Amino acid sequence: MNKLLFVFLIYIYCTGFVLAEPIRLATTTSTENSGLFKVLIPYFEKQTGNVVHILSFGTGQALRMGQEGNVDVVLVHAPKDEMRFVDAGYGLNRRSLMFNDFVIVGPANDPANILGENNAVRSLQKIARGKHLFVSRGDDSGTHKKELYLWKKANWEPELSWYREVGQGMGRVLQMANELRAYTITDRGTWLVMSSKLSLKVLAEGDAELYNPYSIIAVNPARYPSINYLGAMSLIAWLTSVEGQNRIRNFRLEGQPLFIPTAIKN
Amino acid sequence: MNSLLFTIQQALQLLLYGDTELWSIVLLSFSVSLKAILLTTPFGLLLAFGLHHGNFTGIRFILAFFNSLLSVPTVVVGLFLYVLLTRQGPFGDLKLLFTQSAMVIGQMILCFPVLVALGYAAIQAADRRVWETSRTLGAPTWYTILTIFYEVRFGLLAAVLTGFGRVISEVGISMMVGGNIMGYTRNITTAIALETSKGEFAQGIALGLVLLSFSFLLTAFLSYIQSKKVVIT
Repeated sequence: MNKLLFVFLIYIYCTGFVLAEPIRLATTTSTENSGLFKVLIPYFEKQTGNVVHILSFGTGQALRMGQEGNVDVVLVHAPKDEMRFVDAGYGLNRRSLMFNDFVIVGPANDPANILGENNAVRSLQKIARGKHLFVSRGDDSGTHKKELYLWKKANWEPELSWYREVGQGMGRVLQMANELRAYTITDRGTWLVMSSKLSLKVLAEGDAELYNPYSIIAVNPARYPSINYLGAMSLIAWLTSVEGQNRIRNFRLEGQPLFIPTAIKN
Repeated sequence: MNSLLFTIQQALQLLLYGDTELWSIVLLSFSVSLKAILLTTPFGLLLAFGLHHGNFTGIRFILAFFNSLLSVPTVVVGLFLYVLLTRQGPFGDLKLLFTQSAMVIGQMILCFPVLVALGYAAIQAADRRVWETSRTLGAPTWYTILTIFYEVRFGLLAAVLTGFGRVISEVGISMMVGGNIMGYTRNITTAIALETSKGEFAQGIALGLVLLSFSFLLTAFLSYIQSKKVVIT
């Protein structure tokens, strides 16, 4: 029996064994949905011989994965939480990587009349005042954090009668908003991926409050000596290199540029 | 929005024209679940045998326990395993979280009760005299056990196939401890969840069709061997 158990454990161990220690990157559903990594990561893997395992969560969960040492590097979009993550000693070498923006979308007939408002806070106030349906991520993601921040700025407590907190990823939330003829806030990447399948329209965009910066942070190896710190740093180095940044700049979704690189200042 | 028929047509095209990504997901799904069921079967059936032939108090309780585990939600198993395997958890040093091995272990936990409960029911059907005759004739214990297993092979096969059906179709464990990593831990069910969330219904339906046709084959096979069993006995 003991022998059997031993053989079994060896077997389990061997199946988990990969030649190169993989770099585990926790990222957000918004970047994963955009397909950016599908284009970028193969170049990195070919040049460095590393293997990258991409896990996509909401920003809050991605940071928690880093905090628990379950991943080697995180790529997220919630600056305040990132600072807290680094200050608490969970992460190191935070580099800003790129940005895009959020947009407020809603039904094409726009019952709250926010089209052309282009002010995020005022748009939300209009939606709330008219008690128009609004779908919220409710999953502690970067987009959700941004939305809560905007509600706070709008000085409005969402009410159950018109505010639907669904706890799902961005794609699902857009589908639900589409079915419910509701408003929601989304990152531009997921919007571009999904928009052809939706009857929603972009109603407010371009406000400085809708700025959406992404950073990449290595998990602190002092806390978890066995994590792949070298791999994490080489991924950070590549993504913030001239080549990595150019590839981010040249990435197109539905023919449109999506991310503007920020790591290298000219 | 696409009509349902159009989506299904797209799905069939993806399947027929060899979308490699799609088929590699299918392959991964079967490889993980096959490992899980093959590794669990000997232990599950031996325990079922032990429960039937053993003679100690609490057997009823153990059986009831495994029967109740038959319907445990997969996310609960996933969560349980996640807490054990997270880096700060008791088995964190094994670095198993977000690997195929973690998926295999989770699915093993999932199909174990199925094998015990259904295996027990199958072994119950065996004639008690097989055991006595075999022992009287001087056969060693392991040989006797194998003889009994052979006697009830159709029932045991049904147990194994049901267990396999349970693990190949689960999504909670794979999502939680596998992490849905492209090309590494993304299986049929987690891929369906992902594609649906992106609004790519064709890809989701294509994968769903694979699962559906598989379960159809499984059921057909089961009823075939059951009809055969009637002929033999």
